[in-house]
Amino acid sequence: MSISIKSYYPNEELALRIRHRKAVYFSRFCALVTWLGVALLAVLFYQIAVDGYMWLDFQFLSSFPSRFPYKAGIKSALVGTLWLITMLTFIAIPLGVSTALYLEEFSKDGRIHRLISLNISNLAGVPSIVYGIIGLAVFVRGLELERSLVSGALTMSLLILPVIIIASREAIKSVPDGIRNAAYALGATPWQTAWSHILPASFPGILTGVILSLSRAIGETAPLIMIGALTYVAFLPEGPMDSFTTLPIQIYNWISRPQEEFHQLAAAAIIVLLTVLLTMNAGAIYIRHKTEQRLK
Amino acid sequence: MTSESKTTPIANYHGSESVLELRDVSICYSGNPAVQNVSLNIFKYNVTSIIGPSGCGKSTLLRSLNRMNDFIADVTIEGSIKFDGVELTGKEIDPVLLRRRVGMVFQKPNPFPKSIYKNIAWGPGINGYEGSMDDLVEHSLVQAALWDEVKDRLQDSALSLSGGQQQRLCIARALAMAPDVLLMDEPCSALDPISTSRIEDLIFALKSKYTIVIVTHNMQQAARISDYTAFMESGKLVEFDITNQIFTNPTEKRTEEYVTGRFG
Repeated sequence: MSISIKSYYPNEELALRIRHRKAVYFSRFCALVTWLGVALLAVLFYQIAVDGYMWLDFQFLSSFPSRFPYKAGIKSALVGTLWLITMLTFIAIPLGVSTALYLEEFSKDGRIHRLISLNISNLAGVPSIVYGIIGLAVFVRGLELERSLVSGALTMSLLILPVIIIASREAIKSVPDGIRNAAYALGATPWQTAWSHILPASFPGILTGVILSLSRAIGETAPLIMIGALTYVAFLPEGPMDSFTTLPIQIYNWISRPQEEFHQLAAAAIIVLLTVLLTMNAGAIYIRHKTEQRLK
Repeated sequence: MTSESKTTPIANYHGSESVLELRDVSICYSGNPAVQNVSLNIFKYNVTSIIGPSGCGKSTLLRSLNRMNDFIADVTIEGSIKFDGVELTGKEIDPVLLRRRVGMVFQKPNPFPKSIYKNIAWGPGINGYEGSMDDLVEHSLVQAALWDEVKDRLQDSALSLSGGQQQRLCIARALAMAPDVLLMDEPCSALDPISTSRIEDLIFALKSKYTIVIVTHNMQQAARISDYTAFMESGKLVEFDITNQIFTNPTEKRTEEYVTGRFG
């Protein structure tokens, strides 16, 4: 018995043309959306650069805030931001990566495991102001850490931990099982396997999560205002227990003033903030690239 | 049909002693039996191959010999597996120590994404090896017939090697631990015929020093390299005998049908 399958494709050529055309349209649509994002960003950059570039000089970087625009600078805010990033790095990364490692490699799948995982995913979506309230209640008041850098860094750590954990877990999950098997079959303990093979192999992915979350932390204002980071600081923090301000808070403060000059100062501060961010990201991408090369 | 006659181990056939003794071993994944009532002996300095159609439980059985099944959730093992007289399935033995003495080579070459040298040196290093690491690396690579190809590029990434070279590196890595038993889970299934024949030669050369258990679904391979052959089907051991016997004069009809290629 023979069936003529060919007869079931009466308009093959036409159908093929339509299919090709759809493919072209879709790829054009994707390109358009991509470039739209880039274009918007470029417009924003341009606007900020035009507003702020003339205020950018050494005096701006090395002066404390002032009520006279031409005397005002971002020294305390910049130093505060750098303090905060450094402390965040030391608090949030070890906690986040260890948690991810525990959940992926060491803990047995069970009810508690699932409960923790679910809650971490939920926490990633909690508005940042809520973390500010927690920080105020727990760190500032409860532990009596006052409105210090420690309070700020701990609050920000809460904020970015879920992102670090989720990204690190994905990175650890993507390490091929072959590597785990190979290590265990050589008589390695779970710790030796994790330290020598799982962490190095997942390092680039973990780093991506860390960059994203630190970038987010640098830009956050709400939780810091909530825990009472100051808006006017005419001194530099000398230790983790000192009060502080950060760039986003300084920007927020300047933007909310009526004088045009302060708006331009805000634009200049945004340029500095973006520079700090891009430098950090570039550094991280460079390290990631180096590690990926080494793993090949 | 009772399983008695089929699973009677061959007692000291070549006068060699048993390294591993399996008695009524059953392994279940989440309650589904993968291996049922298998009893057999693995003889010292011999190559034992386990053959059978896909999904017959041969890999599962192999992985129980160095407790690699521990990493799979919800696995239960019944029966007795004795390694040098010590019970493997219970709590008496530390699986980390066991795996150091029972090495394993996997189906897909899985070198660490590190240098060739580090691939070999890592295992001995973490286990506290105190001799000359350079000598050990060379010795292991020579044994795995890879030394001549890589001696000038020991610091290159292991991933730059070809598939067959990677698999020999994995064998060298296992040999560096000086294991008593080497388990091989279809070590040639991802390799081309030339690489396969090199590894077969290697296995043949290694059996003077190591006890080797190899899982394969390539019957010619089992016939070429092994001294003993176990034929499994649907989780049960159908027949276990010296290889020649299995391939030329099997007792069981199913074995004959399988080795002559009538199914599987």
